[in-house]
Amino acid sequence: MSIDTDTARRVAKLARIRVEEDALPALAGEFNAILGFIEQMQEVDVEGVEPMVSVTPMRLKRREDVVTDGDQQDKVLANAPDAREGFFAVPKVVE
Amino acid sequence: MSDLNKLGIAEARDALKAGDFTSVELTESCLSAIDAASALNAVVHKTPDFALEQAKAADARINSEDAPALCGIPLGIKDLFCTKGIPSQAASAILDGFKPEYESTVTTKLFDAGAVMLGKLNMDEFAMGSSNETSTYGDAVNPWRREGDDTNLTPGGSSGGSASAVAADLCMAATGTDTGGSIRQPAAFTGITGIKPTYGRVSRWGIIAFASSLDQAGPMTKSVRDAAIMLEGMCGHDPLDSTSADLPVPNFEAALTGDIHGRTIGIPREYRMDGMPGEIEKLWADGTAMLKDAGAKIVDISLPHTKYALPVYYVIAPAEASSNLARYDGVRYGHRAKLDQGDGITEMYEKTRAEGFGPEVQRRVMIGTYVLSAGFYDAYYNRARQVRTLIKQDFETVFADGIDAILTPATPSSAFGLGEMADADPVQMYMNDIFTVTVNLAGLPGISVPTGLDKQGLPLGLQLIGRPWEEGDLLNTAHVLESAAGFVSKPGKWW
Repeated sequence: MSIDTDTARRVAKLARIRVEEDALPALAGEFNAILGFIEQMQEVDVEGVEPMVSVTPMRLKRREDVVTDGDQQDKVLANAPDAREGFFAVPKVVE
Repeated sequence: MSDLNKLGIAEARDALKAGDFTSVELTESCLSAIDAASALNAVVHKTPDFALEQAKAADARINSEDAPALCGIPLGIKDLFCTKGIPSQAASAILDGFKPEYESTVTTKLFDAGAVMLGKLNMDEFAMGSSNETSTYGDAVNPWRREGDDTNLTPGGSSGGSASAVAADLCMAATGTDTGGSIRQPAAFTGITGIKPTYGRVSRWGIIAFASSLDQAGPMTKSVRDAAIMLEGMCGHDPLDSTSADLPVPNFEAALTGDIHGRTIGIPREYRMDGMPGEIEKLWADGTAMLKDAGAKIVDISLPHTKYALPVYYVIAPAEASSNLARYDGVRYGHRAKLDQGDGITEMYEKTRAEGFGPEVQRRVMIGTYVLSAGFYDAYYNRARQVRTLIKQDFETVFADGIDAILTPATPSSAFGLGEMADADPVQMYMNDIFTVTVNLAGLPGISVPTGLDKQGLPLGLQLIGRPWEEGDLLNTAHVLESAAGFVSKPGKWW
């Protein structure tokens, strides 16, 4: 399987990372090197093998469905690049 | 008293208890060593005031005799750990200026035990790298140099700053994290000890996530005994991490009996790679002989899916990273790109992430995005999870056959020069983790112990892999190997 410039452009878009048009061919080349390496996996017989979900067998713990945290708006916003009036501010999303 | 910074945890603990010196004196000694070691670029955020305050509190506690083992011990903390009010940015520009409002579970536990934080340590960006060359702070430098050569070498990665700081005696010990070898490979490159515990042993809460099913924190120390002491201080169940194991924490130091009679050590034939340097082969054979002389039974074993571990890792780790790193969007913390007139929220995301992430992180996020995308999910991600099951079964089989621990080389070479891999393709750099990555995929504990020098005078390490949750037994075997190897070399001071 080979990645072309169009696929590299689409992946960059999906990952929300801006990649300039002239950088796409080199990026596609790197993807191909890495995917070519990964490709070795295809020779393994995985018939009937369960895909791993958890590396240590464990049941997730349950707890009462109650509020355990909260009421710390200032702390939540303290590191925001743009916080206004108790909210995160972003460019206009809805017209 | 001079050179206190050269002590390890156990010696310092005993001397503090005996009143030979104070934690403040010990901490000041480390702070001076750090100030004199800027050429190593190991400590990237110094916290001297914070450290001295903690040291004073520790001294009061030592005098009151309510002193845990780590009380008053100065440590370095990898930049991946969130530390309240102190920069914590995973060596990434995208977290420029981020000061967490909370403390990671590991640092909370260490501080509760009286440990002193000297500063935050350099690393590869988001722990993605094997040479500490992807850091936004610049390269960390290995205190070791080749004999008669002043080329700067890599301390390994991703915990390169931790390895460099411990090897150069800037601290007693340091925290590291290990997703594919990031504690064990740098430990081997710098002649120190590093253990990655069983997945679930140490809470991941407050550690900036890379690949959540693989990440584990552990200590990087000057001896196996120090690793036992510090690991105990880091472990324990944490309701804030749903994968944290609810198991009692053993006294790991008490497990260091020095007796491995009757233990069975496996030597996996698949780790004998084509083109393996003769020095690594000899190191491995010597280590095997040492364990045999100490009374262990040596058995050749097979872990047939070993060669697929790196390909599986380079599907699973990027997939999880692409998901974990989606949070860096310029909204809640860290860097936001300057926007042009008319830019909307998509441009904000795309520009922020292009400016904030370095090339290796961008590459892995995009690979992860690709292997999770519609049409490729089954061929890559699901298949990788199936092969991961087989890799884990390889280990379960040998453990069921009576193997107690597995001995392998830690790395395929000694430390290489900074910049020497610049023209290599990414896959060549990935080969650094060839002996360590299986352990993360199987969730097992693994420890790297320095056992020799190569002909250039650089340290080499061996890795021991243990059964799940049996870090005590693993540390004991490592302790025997350490004693037999008698590795005492230190880097000559040039910085």
